[in-house]
Amino acid sequence: MRTTSVRRCAGALSAAAAALLLSAGPAAADTASPSPSPSESLAPVTTAGSSFLTATAVQPEQPVQLAGSTGDYLYWSFTAEAGQTDKIAITVTLPPTASRHGASNWAVDVFDGLRRRQACTAGAQTPTAAAGAASVTLGCTLRQVRAWAEPWSGDPLPGTYYVRLAVTGLPEQDLGLPMQVAMRITAHDSDDIQPEGGELKAPLTQPVSAGAVLTSAPPVAVEEEKDSGWNWDWLPDLSARWAWTAIGGAIAAVTGVGGYSLTRHPRRRMSNPDGFNRPSSTTRQEHPVNIT
Amino acid sequence: MLAALSLLGVPPAHADETTPKEPPKVELVLDISGSMRARDIEGHSRISVLQQSFNDVLDALPSEAQVGIRVLGATYPGNSKAVGCKDTQQLVPIGPIDKLEAKTAVATLRPTGFTPVGLALRAAARDLGTGETTRRIVLITDGEDTCAPPDPCEVARELAAQGTHLVVDTLGLTLNDKVRRQLTCIASATGGTYTAVTSKTQLTNRINQLVDRAATTYTQTPAQVDGTDNCTGAPLLSPGAYTDREQLQEHRWYRVPVRDGQELRASVSVSLDRALNRDYGVLLRAVSQDGRELVRGTDAGSDRTDVLSTGLRWSAEQDAPDQTVCLVVSNSFSSPTATTAATPGMPLELIVGVVDSSPAPNGPDLGRGWGLLGLLALAGLVGGLLFGWLARWRVSIWRAN
Repeated sequence: MRTTSVRRCAGALSAAAAALLLSAGPAAADTASPSPSPSESLAPVTTAGSSFLTATAVQPEQPVQLAGSTGDYLYWSFTAEAGQTDKIAITVTLPPTASRHGASNWAVDVFDGLRRRQACTAGAQTPTAAAGAASVTLGCTLRQVRAWAEPWSGDPLPGTYYVRLAVTGLPEQDLGLPMQVAMRITAHDSDDIQPEGGELKAPLTQPVSAGAVLTSAPPVAVEEEKDSGWNWDWLPDLSARWAWTAIGGAIAAVTGVGGYSLTRHPRRRMSNPDGFNRPSSTTRQEHPVNIT
Repeated sequence: MLAALSLLGVPPAHADETTPKEPPKVELVLDISGSMRARDIEGHSRISVLQQSFNDVLDALPSEAQVGIRVLGATYPGNSKAVGCKDTQQLVPIGPIDKLEAKTAVATLRPTGFTPVGLALRAAARDLGTGETTRRIVLITDGEDTCAPPDPCEVARELAAQGTHLVVDTLGLTLNDKVRRQLTCIASATGGTYTAVTSKTQLTNRINQLVDRAATTYTQTPAQVDGTDNCTGAPLLSPGAYTDREQLQEHRWYRVPVRDGQELRASVSVSLDRALNRDYGVLLRAVSQDGRELVRGTDAGSDRTDVLSTGLRWSAEQDAPDQTVCLVVSNSFSSPTATTAATPGMPLELIVGVVDSSPAPNGPDLGRGWGLLGLLALAGLVGGLLFGWLARWRVSIWRAN
């Protein structure tokens, strides 16, 4: 609880500090990025890939509408940034009931750029469509994308994400029947990027072009002489901590002066701070301040 | 940074613009066997639905598409199986298509003979030739192969294993169980799709969709590589996409050089191209040269699926010497029959990436560091000055009074 409220304050402060101190800085660049604004401009996507390599790229809020056959494996990909939480909603209009022979199980699987399975925190990821159902709805809300994670963890990181829609179980006779698929990805951005200061040097996006088998390890390039000139790398990045620290410093100054005045003699304490000689009244001495 | 990310993040479908590309190649294989006379698609005969649908498909073809047409069972009306099962011809050669000519050629076809699907697939693969890009066969048939052997499914698997990047999409013009089983088998063996055609519109749309897919995705083909059974002699891979075959319970080793300050990223997908027992899994491990496991990625499942994939990241600790990391792909698939377990192995796709490593972010800067001290001192000074000025201002006001 405490950390959350502190973080919220920090967020507010950082926004204020960024606005006040630096109108154009890295923080401003991060928050002011207009995600290609809602919908109308985005043309609907009417295709889907059939494998990871051929996945059709879609953008958040871009409608996807296509006809397929039950049994198809449909792949799409999208890009997520740190702090983003993505939600995938899919509606499959099933083939006519007359041509179906029973219930079917559907699944939407989400993989990160390394094709590692990603967990859904909410949504009907693997629903079952009853034999008489006209359509089935699938959903998956992903975890918030982190800015950095240890290589050994499976945490969601910035980069490509793959969505695969498939029927995972159905009567064999129902394969290949016509179906309609509608999908939409919604992205919710947040400034609260975790871990603070973390950065993934390259987004999780694997190459799609053919590789080449090497005959020997490539020679190590000679290390370039490091630029010994002056730079600002030692300064911490612009963040809420600067505001906290600066305000902390100001408070420290105030409390310092307060503390200093407390240490002065009670009789002279109420006199003018610059030592201007003013006769002190007796009434003031009736309220001595405790000095311990 | 955002712009850079969105540029990099979307799978670079056009990443290799520099490499000279050949045009997309598609061959449509049409079954013109005797059974195509049956009138069971919306009251029309199968052949007439096919012909009408083809008119629309040919009209919608993109000009740069190289499409060929091959027919099977179109010429021999007799009863001799030996002759009828060799009945397949290329009606329109692969290349920029003359739409009018192609329409006429298709319109004059009459349902005639046998259904040598396996043979037609082999011939179609020959027509498409070999190359760096994906080739697609769209097989449209209404009957099971009456000429096996060769079994069309075996043929499909064999063609897929030749490394010519061949995908067979199948369309069944009947809801017959045997046909469906055969066509789904062919489709899954090559990573293609199966569609049961129930109307003319559906047929037209589907063929258009498949030709479009061929045109937009045909360049994404991985390089062929042969993994070995131990690390020492394993192929040394540079970043990129690779394909290989792995048999059931086989281990395949590869090596990747990783320098100081670099991070290794690897993903693997194993396609389930045949009937397998219910539970299965795939394991990708990164192992150091002296046999120490560095990191692993794993995935398992038990439902119907097309591929099983996993990935891993690994980077050495700071200032470690350059090293070569071994990658080993293993699986826990099992087959219900001995025949399906045999060669060729299952298609394996390995993606290797080597990027700058991302060191752990520093802890919070508060409470430590020279920058913090300087800032605090400055803030204190400013505060003190303000306080002092305020006091002097008050004094001057008081004096004035």
